[in-house]
Order: sequence, then structure tokens, then C-alpha cells
Amino acid sequence: MRRTVVLLFFLFGAGATIAQEVEVIKYPQLDAIINAKEDGVKVINFWATWCKPCVEEIGYFEAANTQFRDKGVSVTLVSFDFGKDVEKKVQKFIDKNDLRSRVLVLDETDYNSFIDKVSPSWSGAIPATLIVNSKTGKKQFYEKTFKEGELSEVIEAFIN
Amino acid sequence: MKKTISLIVLLAIVRVSAAPFDGGYEVGDIARDFQLKNVDGASVSLSDYKEAKGFIVVFTCNTCPYAKLYEQRIIALDKKYKGAGYPVIAIQPNDGSLSPGDSFEAMQANSKKKGFSFPYLLDETQEIARAYGAARTPHVFLLNKESGELRVAYIGAIDNNHQDSDRADKKYVEDAVDALIASRKVPVTFTKAIGCTIKWSGT
Repeated sequence: MRRTVVLLFFLFGAGATIAQEVEVIKYPQLDAIINAKEDGVKVINFWATWCKPCVEEIGYFEAANTQFRDKGVSVTLVSFDFGKDVEKKVQKFIDKNDLRSRVLVLDETDYNSFIDKVSPSWSGAIPATLIVNSKTGKKQFYEKTFKEGELSEVIEAFIN
Repeated sequence: MKKTISLIVLLAIVRVSAAPFDGGYEVGDIARDFQLKNVDGASVSLSDYKEAKGFIVVFTCNTCPYAKLYEQRIIALDKKYKGAGYPVIAIQPNDGSLSPGDSFEAMQANSKKKGFSFPYLLDETQEIARAYGAARTPHVFLLNKESGELRVAYIGAIDNNHQDSDRADKKYVEDAVDALIASRKVPVTFTKAIGCTIKWSGT
């Protein structure tokens, strides 16, 4: 058994194929990601493990991350899980679902200090998604759950 | 030309402020009354409270982690302000078939377990949540009685730290009610806060 695990580690552990390690950030770091000029198109999804509609659409974001990677699109999943749940819930969720997108936990409490910076049209509900073109500064914000196929259509339209 | 620009600016402002809350109230609007079933089986309307000077209407539920974190603070708000004429009225807007933990029976159990000192009403048709423009739980609408009508004095979050009330340095609802009691201008009339989306029927 242990040998199999070790073997699996050598087969998959070294490459980019392992599931992500969650990172905990504050808003200024997220702001830097949103506004960085050099990173192509960023799809930033706000979610939480306790948010059922969010969890239901995560698969579409994972698929988009793979589908659009060669077009310079990256997906970042920003979780609103609470600090105490980072390992217990978020990392567990990442491992269980083998998430390959970058996962961040936004460790902030004063939401009014940043919600409008993400988008003035955001009421504060999740799921919510921000799509940014770093070069042009073009942004689109969605406070909704995506249906199957809809997210890739939206990204397709955004990059063309 | 200048007029056109002003008009465009005005339209843009109206658009931005109206966008996320289609059909809901804005601060200064007159709020409607309702008749909703309480956990004790009785029907509750705001007009039942003849002596009240206003209401802290909170759309909340059993299941949302934010609603759970704010439960004790909602109880504390009621204890603090009921005597001053501003009782808490809690309304549960989630469709129980989509969120079984928010069924009427679950509401009854939760209210009993936590010792809610305020009505905990089921908005079964979700008509009131829609009319008010509630988007998530918890979501506060502070109403002030003015010449017989209920004017919306504050919409938003309870405070600015969901994880720890002791570390919240902006107590939006308390500050607003204190201002109403002292006949002062409400310092902050609108905030946004992260919460759980209301589970709308048919979605």
C-alpha cells in the first residue's frame, strides 16, 4: 500500500498535475491579482464550501481553466470560507475534487471595505464572478450561478 | 451639450444604484406591512405593534453560516432595542424545499433552541423578500415610523465583522437605531455584506 502511494507520488507528485494548495490572502493581494497588467484574462470566482450553488458550478470553472489555458485565460477560485476552516474544509474540498485552478481564501471581515472595489454592482451575495482583461482593463461582473455551457460561452465572447 | 452630459450622468447614477436591487427598497422608501406565520403558529403584522417606533427587520435563516454567526447578535439587538420601541422582526425567506434546514419545523426548533425573543416568520411565497429587495441572509432593513408610515432608514449588514462581534468597529444597525432614538441623522444608511443568496423558488 505504502509503496503504491510512493509510486503515485513519483508519477504525479512532481508535475503540475497535483491538486492545488490553498493560499490565504488579504484584500490587497486580491486587488493586485485583479489589477496586474501582465497576466492575460483572469476569471475570478467567489465561492465557499458552504455555498451550495457555488459548489455546483465549480466544475465549470475547472473545465474552463483547462479549456482556455492556451488562450491566456486563468481561473482563480476565491473562497469566503472562514479562517478556521481553511484546512478542514477548503483543502479537503480541493483534494477531494482534485481542483487544478488556483484557490485562495480571502481572510477579510470588513466586506464593505472591498466589495465595491471588486464591482460596484455586487450586492455581496455569492456565487459571483469577475472576468478581467489585464491589458485592456475590460471587466465583466456576474452575480449569478452559471448553467452548463454558459461560462465557456461568456469567456469565449469576452476574449474574442 | 451640458444638459445631455448631466442627463447621462444622472442616468448612469440611477442605473448603478438600481442595478442589484431590482424592485427592492432603497433608503427613504416607504416599506409595506405583511402578514406572515410565526413559529408559534400565530400570524404577525407590523401593524400589530401599536407602540413600536420602528422595526429592525432581519431576513435571516437557520442554515447560512453568516446567519448562524449573527444569531446571538440579532438576539442582542432585540434585547437592547425592544424596550426603546425598535423590536427585531426576523423573516426566513428561503424555500424550504430547496433548503430543508429552513423548513417551518426547522425554524420552530431553531427558535426554541436559541431562545429567540422575537418573532421568526416564514415568508412562504417570498413575496416580502422580493418587495423589500432582500438579496441574502442576514440582510437588515431598519424601518422608522414617520406619521404612520414605515420609512426605510438603513439597509445592509449588522456590523463589519461577521467572525467576531468584539472586533467589529462599525456597528451599523446599532448606530442607526441610536441615531433614530436620539432624532439624529442616521450616520450610515446603506452597506453591503457577504451573505448567502436567498434560495428562491423555481431556481
